[in-house]
Amino acid sequence: MKYEAIVMGVSSGGMQAMKVMFPLFPKDFKIPIIIVQHIGVQSDGEWIKILNHNCNLHIKEADEKETIETGNIYIAPPNYHLLVEKDKTFSLTIGERVNFARPAIDILFETAAEAYEKKLIGVILTGSNYDGTKGMERIKEYGGLTIAQDPETAASSFMPAAAIAAMQPDHILSLENIVKLLLKIT
Amino acid sequence: MRYKETSDLEISLLLEAIYRKYGYDFRQYSQAHIRRRIMSRMVMSGFEDISEMQSTVLNDESFAATLLQDLSITVTEMFRDQSFYKSLRENVIPILKTYPFIKIWHAGCATGQEAYSMAIILQEEGLYDRSIIYATDFNQNALNHAKEGIYSTSLIKEYTTNYQLSGGKESFSNYYTSNYDNVIMNQSLKKNIVWANHNLVTDSVFAEVNLILCRNVLIYFDRELQNNVQTLFYNSLINGGILCLGAKESLRFSDVYEKYTEWDPRQRIFKKKY
Ligand SMILES: C[S@@+](CC[C@H](N)C(=O)[O-])C[C@H]1O[C@@H](n2cnc3c(N)ncnc32)[C@H](O)[C@@H]1O
Repeated sequence: MKYEAIVMGVSSGGMQAMKVMFPLFPKDFKIPIIIVQHIGVQSDGEWIKILNHNCNLHIKEADEKETIETGNIYIAPPNYHLLVEKDKTFSLTIGERVNFARPAIDILFETAAEAYEKKLIGVILTGSNYDGTKGMERIKEYGGLTIAQDPETAASSFMPAAAIAAMQPDHILSLENIVKLLLKIT
Repeated sequence: MRYKETSDLEISLLLEAIYRKYGYDFRQYSQAHIRRRIMSRMVMSGFEDISEMQSTVLNDESFAATLLQDLSITVTEMFRDQSFYKSLRENVIPILKTYPFIKIWHAGCATGQEAYSMAIILQEEGLYDRSIIYATDFNQNALNHAKEGIYSTSLIKEYTTNYQLSGGKESFSNYYTSNYDNVIMNQSLKKNIVWANHNLVTDSVFAEVNLILCRNVLIYFDRELQNNVQTLFYNSLINGGILCLGAKESLRFSDVYEKYTEWDPRQRIFKKKY
C-alpha cells in the first residue's frame, strides 16, 4: 500500500472540523489517523466520547508505547507532546511548549515523517497560529503527501495559510474534499 | 536535509560515546525524543553532522554538559494534576498517618516543585515534622535550583490556582516570600527535604521508603528500562508502601504489576502487597 498513516493538526475551530470529517470515514478505512488538537489542559476527554457516537472508526487518546493500528483515530492527550517512534508506537513527553502549544503539531508531524517517510499523509486544518508549518515541511522533505485545508473554507484561516505560504502543499481543499481524496488514495 | 541524512546508527553511536565517556546512559530512552533533542542541538550549535558533534562531545566537557541538559527535560509545576493531589490527600495521607516516621522519595524531582507541593500537604496534615523527603534527579543544575527554592513570580498565579483546586487549606502565599521578580519558598518547607543526585538507570536502592512519587519520568524510557526502574522502586518500598506514577504512566506492562494493588487506578496510585 502506498500510504501507511495520516497525521492531522488542528487548532481553533477544530471541534467543528472534526465533527464534519470523522463521520465520513468508513469502518474499513485502511490506515490509522493521528491528530493533534490544541485543547485546554483541563480537558477530561469528554469530547472524545461525544465524537465517537457519530464515527465508524474508534476515536481514542493515544497511550504511551501503544502500537499504532488501523481502525483508530488517535488524539494526543492534553498537556503532553505526542511522538511517533520508528517501530510505529507512540511516545509521550512533557517538554517545553512549542509554538505556545503542548501538544504541538510540529512535534507529531516531524517524528511521524521520520517514522513513515514517504508513506505519510500530513493534513493541516483550521487554526489561529503557525504550529504545523515546520512539520508539513518535514513531511514534504521525506516525500510524503501534504494537504492543507483551503483557508477560505477554514473557521480560522491562519494555520493553513501559514503552511501554504511556507511550503506549497500538494493539495488545498475543503474538509469534505480532503476526506474524498483520502478515501480515493488509500 | 540534515534530518533525513542522519541515520539511527549515528545517533546510537553518539549515545554509546556519551555513556562510555561520561557514564550517562540514554541508550534506552525514547528514540524519537532523543533524536529531536540531538538534532536541534546540532543545528543550534552549527555542526555539519553528527560525527563532528560527537568529537566535540568527547573533547569538550562544557559542550557535553550542554548536551546533557538538552537531554534532560525538567518541565514541572507545583500541584500539577490537581485531581492527583486531591487523591493523595484523601487516599494516601491516611495511610501515612499510621506510621511513626515517614520516608518519601521523589524520583526525577526536576526543579523541586513536586517536592515542595508534598511538603505543603504534609505540613497541612500535621505530618511534616515526622517526615523526611528524598528528592532526587540526575540533573545537578535542576537540583541546585530546587534546593534554592526560588521561582519566578510569573509562575505563581498558575501554582496558586493549582494549589487551590487540589484541595489546599491555606493561602498559597503563606508558603513563600516575594522578592521583586521571584519568590523564595519558606525555610520551614525545606528543612526535611534532602536533595540528592541519583540516576535511575545506573544507580541502585538507597533507602527503604513508605511512598514513592515518580511522575513523568518513565514516559521517556523504553519498556525494558521502565521495567528495570519499576523493580528498583519495588525493592525500595516497604510492604504496604505506595507508588505514584504520572497521569499517562502505567505499571501494567512491568513484572511487578501483580505485586501491587491498584489503590486509585485513575490517578495511577498503587499499593505494594504484603
Ligand atoms: C518532566 S520532569 C518531571 C518532573 C516532575 N516529576 C513532574 O512530574 O512534574 C522529568 C525529570 O526526570 C529526570 N530524569 C530523566 N532521566 C533520569 C534518570 N535516568 N535518573 C534520574 N532522573 C532522571 C529529568 O532530569 C527531569 O528532571
